[in-house]
Amino acid sequence: MSTRNVIAATALALAFGAGPAMAQSPGLGKPLTEADIKQWDIAVLPDGSNLPPGSGTPAKGAKIFAEKCSACHGDAAKGGVAPFYPALVGGQPLTNGIDTVKTIANYYAYPTTIFDYTRRAMPYNMPRSLTDDEVYSLTAYILALNNFIGQDDVMDANTLPKVKMPNRDNFIMPYPDRL
Amino acid sequence: MDSRQVVPQDDGVGKVHMAPPIREEIMGQWRRRRGAPSLDDVAGNGLINRRALLGRGFAIAGAVGAAGTVTGAAAEPLIDAPWSLEFGQITPPVQTPSPFEKDVTRALSNPNGEFRNSHARTPHHLIGGTVTPNGLHFSINHCGIPNIDPAQHKLVIHGMVRQPLEFTLESLSRYPLVSRMAFVECAGNSAPMFSKVPLQTTVQMLHGLVSNSEWTGVPLSMLLDEAGIDPKAKWLIAEGADAQMLDRSVPVKKAYDDALIAIYQNGEHLMPGNGYPMRLLLPGYQGNMNVKFVHRIKVVDQPAYSYFETKNYSQILPGGKTWRFHFVMEVKSFITHPSFGLSLKEPGLYAISGVAYSGTGRISKVLVSADGGKSWGEAALQGPIHEKAFTRFVMPWRWDGQPATLLSRAYDDGGNVQPLRTDFVAQRGEAVNPVTTPLAFPNQHYNSTTSWAVDNKGEIKHVYA
Repeated sequence: MSTRNVIAATALALAFGAGPAMAQSPGLGKPLTEADIKQWDIAVLPDGSNLPPGSGTPAKGAKIFAEKCSACHGDAAKGGVAPFYPALVGGQPLTNGIDTVKTIANYYAYPTTIFDYTRRAMPYNMPRSLTDDEVYSLTAYILALNNFIGQDDVMDANTLPKVKMPNRDNFIMPYPDRL
Repeated sequence: MDSRQVVPQDDGVGKVHMAPPIREEIMGQWRRRRGAPSLDDVAGNGLINRRALLGRGFAIAGAVGAAGTVTGAAAEPLIDAPWSLEFGQITPPVQTPSPFEKDVTRALSNPNGEFRNSHARTPHHLIGGTVTPNGLHFSINHCGIPNIDPAQHKLVIHGMVRQPLEFTLESLSRYPLVSRMAFVECAGNSAPMFSKVPLQTTVQMLHGLVSNSEWTGVPLSMLLDEAGIDPKAKWLIAEGADAQMLDRSVPVKKAYDDALIAIYQNGEHLMPGNGYPMRLLLPGYQGNMNVKFVHRIKVVDQPAYSYFETKNYSQILPGGKTWRFHFVMEVKSFITHPSFGLSLKEPGLYAISGVAYSGTGRISKVLVSADGGKSWGEAALQGPIHEKAFTRFVMPWRWDGQPATLLSRAYDDGGNVQPLRTDFVAQRGEAVNPVTTPLAFPNQHYNSTTSWAVDNKGEIKHVYA
């Protein structure tokens, strides 16, 4: 098939939906297995899907935090090191105004977001250097600092998704028809 | 004044010229003779019928020519300039702007590379047309710009698919590529206008986190179909190859609507700060979702509530409720010329010009006011008008040297109207705390009108009209 025909067929396919597009696609993707993608497949969903094995506690998290996190986030995650490094504990009520600083305590909808972002992006200068157990412990430490779990609670793939964040049901979807 | 009595004025140094208002009397007479559109006002404070421009640029250009003829103005004798008397510069392999354009630069939030995020804002008041030059496209980087070897970069599609697939820049380049115009706008663009007091700063600092390009790439729907997407899948998690592996949840519906895996930007491979070697392009959706350096798309049944969609790019409403998955950048326009920092040197004719765009469709109309919104005239739109892309509007204006307040208001073909500031903040709120810098983001998704007040000296201030 000439290039022009490919383009014409593609245009037609785009006009008539997915079926014809499949038939005419160049198909240049290299097949992989999910096992090949494992190291990259780090996104955790709010229902706990894709949380890794392992576990952690607030006490273990406190030690790791002091060593690897407090230089930016401050002692006991209270912030204050620099305006662009956020505190991870506390927060004002959102009724204070539209410019209220969004925090884990006053804003986040799901605890899995803390685990996911810590694992993918922290420490800022050494992303993905933490073990899964360390990420569970840091997540547990932050949740305990905010009194969302007890000091002795263990966080793992089973317990973490069950932690209810205070702001979870305070969200409105402005355009549900677009989803 | 009776135009028949107009007498050219001698300025005492041999040049004869007329003050602009007098010239316009003659222009009007000349135009009426030829049946040209009238330069009569269509709205208060000197706004002129846009048809004065629409006649293929003929009317005003012709009128100025006529004025020249009438005055018979003698210029200073012309001499050869130095650069026309010597062999010029070497023709370079990649050309860069003239050294005289050295001040046309992006404004940086983090010029010294501190260990935090960086923003670079487009200088809308110093450029024209609708295509943002690649070097001036806005860029936000949350953890620096990765130095990606395109030969090593991979894009993986997996999750709820029949067959996970891996693509390279080389393999994607063999697909029938499509091109389209699209703006990309940070959800935090224009956020300084949440301030209760208008910040005195340029259109670059207020609205510089939006840019517009021709993007070229592979329709994402084609790649998803090749992988065989599960009909039960509702979301994609798109993830970049940067240090944070920044990820965002995208509705499958949007992927099949108009999403691209973009590899070219205005004909060049993407700029590093805009996602080299490939990015997700979601026309009209908040910039952060247009994931740069995209290396993985996982097909799933629920959104991830990633850090950026949970925190930064959602917003608090008055009363404390919060919006999630807002996505769409709503209809907006702003005047770039004249604007803060570009003062008017003398009364006379000016072209008020700016850009308008909407995340839901095409711009259908832009109204301009020169009297702070008391009266409005319809601006000329420069075509072609693309969906979810910049449209430049132009409004001829006769400035009489008195105070005037200029603002523009855009409409799109979906019936959406850019809100006036008063109406916008009544619904979405204002910052409670003082906003002391245009680099601040008191909230997200700001799209009201922007007003520029011209004083009787031609100086321009940012005001809330």
